[in-house]
Amino acid sequence: MTRLHVQLAAVAALACLALAPLVLSPFSVTLMNYIGIYSLVAIGLALLTGVGGIVSFGQAAFVGIAAYATAWVSALNGHSPWLGLLFGVALTCGVAAILGVVTLRLQGHFLSLSTVAWGLAIGFLFGNVEGLGHFNGISSIPPISLGSLALVSSAQIYYLIWGIVALVLLLGYNLLDSRLGRAMRALRGGNTLVESLGINAFRIKLVTFVIAAFLASLSGWLYAHMSRFISPGPFDASMGIEYLMMTMVGGAGSLLGGVVGAAIVTLLKNSVQDYLPLIAKGASGQLEIVAFSALFILFLQWARQGIVPSIARYLPKTRRERPQPAPPLPRRPQPAPGELLLKVDGAERRFGGLVAVNNVSFEVRSGEILAVIGPNGAGKSTMFNCLTGALRVNKGEIVFAGRLITRDPQSRIAKAGVARTFQHVKLRPRMNLLENVMLGTYSRTRTGLFAGAFRLNQREEASARHEALLQLERVGLGDKPFELAGSLPLGNQRILEIARALAADPALLVLDEPAAGLRRQEKLRLAELLRSLRADHLTILIVEHDMEFVMSLVDRIVVLDFGSKLCEGVPSAIRSDERVQEAYLGGVA
Amino acid sequence: MTSDIAAILAIDGIATGAVYALVAIGTVLIFTVTRVIFIPFGDIAAFTALTLAALDAKRFPGTGALVVVLACLATLIEIISLIRNGELRLLPRALFFYLAVPLAVVGIAWLTMRIDPPLAVRLVLALMLITPIAPLLDRIVFRPIADGTVLLLLTVSVALHFALVGLGLLFFGPEGVRTEPLTSLSTELAGVLISGQTMLIVIAALVFSGLLYLFFDFTLVGKSLRATAVNRTGSRLMGIRPARAGTIAYLLGSLMAGVSGILIAPVNTVFYDSGFLIGLKAFVGAIVGGMTSYPGAAIGAVGVGILESFASFQSSALKDVIVFSLLIPVLIWRSLASLHSEEEIEE
Repeated sequence: MTRLHVQLAAVAALACLALAPLVLSPFSVTLMNYIGIYSLVAIGLALLTGVGGIVSFGQAAFVGIAAYATAWVSALNGHSPWLGLLFGVALTCGVAAILGVVTLRLQGHFLSLSTVAWGLAIGFLFGNVEGLGHFNGISSIPPISLGSLALVSSAQIYYLIWGIVALVLLLGYNLLDSRLGRAMRALRGGNTLVESLGINAFRIKLVTFVIAAFLASLSGWLYAHMSRFISPGPFDASMGIEYLMMTMVGGAGSLLGGVVGAAIVTLLKNSVQDYLPLIAKGASGQLEIVAFSALFILFLQWARQGIVPSIARYLPKTRRERPQPAPPLPRRPQPAPGELLLKVDGAERRFGGLVAVNNVSFEVRSGEILAVIGPNGAGKSTMFNCLTGALRVNKGEIVFAGRLITRDPQSRIAKAGVARTFQHVKLRPRMNLLENVMLGTYSRTRTGLFAGAFRLNQREEASARHEALLQLERVGLGDKPFELAGSLPLGNQRILEIARALAADPALLVLDEPAAGLRRQEKLRLAELLRSLRADHLTILIVEHDMEFVMSLVDRIVVLDFGSKLCEGVPSAIRSDERVQEAYLGGVA
Repeated sequence: MTSDIAAILAIDGIATGAVYALVAIGTVLIFTVTRVIFIPFGDIAAFTALTLAALDAKRFPGTGALVVVLACLATLIEIISLIRNGELRLLPRALFFYLAVPLAVVGIAWLTMRIDPPLAVRLVLALMLITPIAPLLDRIVFRPIADGTVLLLLTVSVALHFALVGLGLLFFGPEGVRTEPLTSLSTELAGVLISGQTMLIVIAALVFSGLLYLFFDFTLVGKSLRATAVNRTGSRLMGIRPARAGTIAYLLGSLMAGVSGILIAPVNTVFYDSGFLIGLKAFVGAIVGGMTSYPGAAIGAVGVGILESFASFQSSALKDVIVFSLLIPVLIWRSLASLHSEEEIEE
């Protein structure tokens, strides 16, 4: 499948949508309108939940805020619905931003539970705030007018609704394929990964959250002016859960899945209403929700992935072209060989009563490979986490390239030129090799939300893509840039992480146990790669306990034992040091 | 607000909170053993009240039919899974637990109904009819996805709640019920009148939490449940079956939810959909306890009850808004307090 095929399919889908009101009955057109309106919320949720990993049960509240805002402006105060749109969007995004700032630092299911909390609280507000019609709602909301044309009939507003849905899909897919979109897709890999790439994870979460709320507000505006009447019912907690159902049925990771899910859930509900009376006379109203919930539970039991990803697996893969040469991305000034690059001075880190790192000092000079080694529990990993900002030292100083980084957060240390890899590989398995490496270029590029969604910065994107390909070729993975990262063997995944780190143009490369779990051949390849990087004047710090791997590779070694520095020197000196032998073997052999 | 009113509100809040506490403890129990955040416990509580009201009115409650349907479904699913795994020798056992026991319970209730039993027997009957529901739902709904993420389980649990609300409307109708008080005693404490029902609620909450504590600390089954909560794989290696531990947890949890339903029915009018808010507020209490601590959950639930009581005095329309808005600071505090390492979200 080429890009042309995708475009043809999109044009065909648009044509079908455009012709639909001409052939469908008015009732079906109304149904289609509802599908479109729900789709907008579901697309936002697909972005928030499927892509960003933030499960929200509260989107209905955002829909409600916008719907009530526009009803207040237009029906109660007599202004134009377009003013209502502005007010509704601004209010919804404002509320979302405040809620996001407060809650998005919560972890795991605490975050989802907070969405239940504010979703319920806002939902109860609609029926209880003075001046919003209480449980009777607000009626006689005016229709949207385009110039002198009022969109009264369902066929008229149909084009507005589906026009917005199509535009949102286009911009959404553009965004996901841009710098910010890749950062969003990395969110599911955990904060440590995202921050290590120089990305401010909290900001990306906040942006994603507000985008989802924005789409919900569009939906609320359309809903209010289509049904011309609102009451608290359609914005309560159960609707919030229904939106989540739509997203999960369609396939949480896929924007198109939002539309498909909204269509399936809406049509299913409708047909349950149609057919249930035939099976159970009299009790149909009550059984509707039962049948619907049961179907949903069955669906989750049998197809957790959702419909779109399940079908997409059987479609032919999109063929993509290798990135063309493009002007290189700007490089950071590299330190002169032999210059002092990293200085750790009296670092100490405690966990309660345990001193994991105790008064450790060492230096790394530009162009060398330094290894930090030690037996299990020596404090290597803690030292590593302090260097990269994942943990803070309790005492002492860490200076990188003449700058004190002791108190800096991970993303700032990463931006300053420290790129890292992980002992337990952290890649995005559902992104291809090229995209994974492009994540590394995040701090060297600057395309923002709008430029990404409207494809305004294609030159920078081409440069980033070409840079990623160059780094893949540099580490020897350049032959299949479009393979999924998850399908690589462990050894190559480690090497892919190195390519991603290199794409950040680091001054210091920090590797956390790079040889752990590798086979002999893979270790040899890795050592060879690291030597070639040293030949390019890259400075490397390795934390490792595989002695054989370290001895033949590095220039100098720092040995830790029980949190303290035991000794420091060239490999041959370390090998013959009695204290090191004792630490590793428990006595002079 | 005078100190008199404050005292009355506080006592009222403690009574409501004690009811939430029973449900909250059940919620924590299920979550630690099975990782399911079982929202429908509130529905179980409401159904118990409705069942009791139906028994009082000498009607056979719809809960009986529900148990029969669920038992048949669970048996069918169990048989299919036994056939698939080639374990047909376990068939008699499955038939006994999933079909015979629930049907026997319904049968006993139906027969006892005919002799117009006294209140105490009706209470036992209501609890008997309600306890099989959650374990059977566990077999039908949650066992097939026991390995799913907490979020998947939560979503399913919410969907299950909606199904139960629909069934509740079908079986019990839209009318609310209020059962007769279990006691007409009342006493005066420091100038404030306390009804016997309030005292009964608090005493029941204390007794059942105490019993649960004894069960966990001094019985082998209780210890096996705790072991499952700490580490499923590890306890499986020790010969504990997580599925069985789950069933026991659901049984205990529904018993507590049932008791809370019986206690709340004379105080508040209970509708078929009253369970959602009971469940959610109990859940808020459980979160205060970090979803892991029973005393924490009980204290949290009582706190929610008191908060709700004072909030409804200030503004009865906005009491739920206040209760759920205050959950957010609690969540932030819990999230900061829990030092769990970050987990990757599975693909």
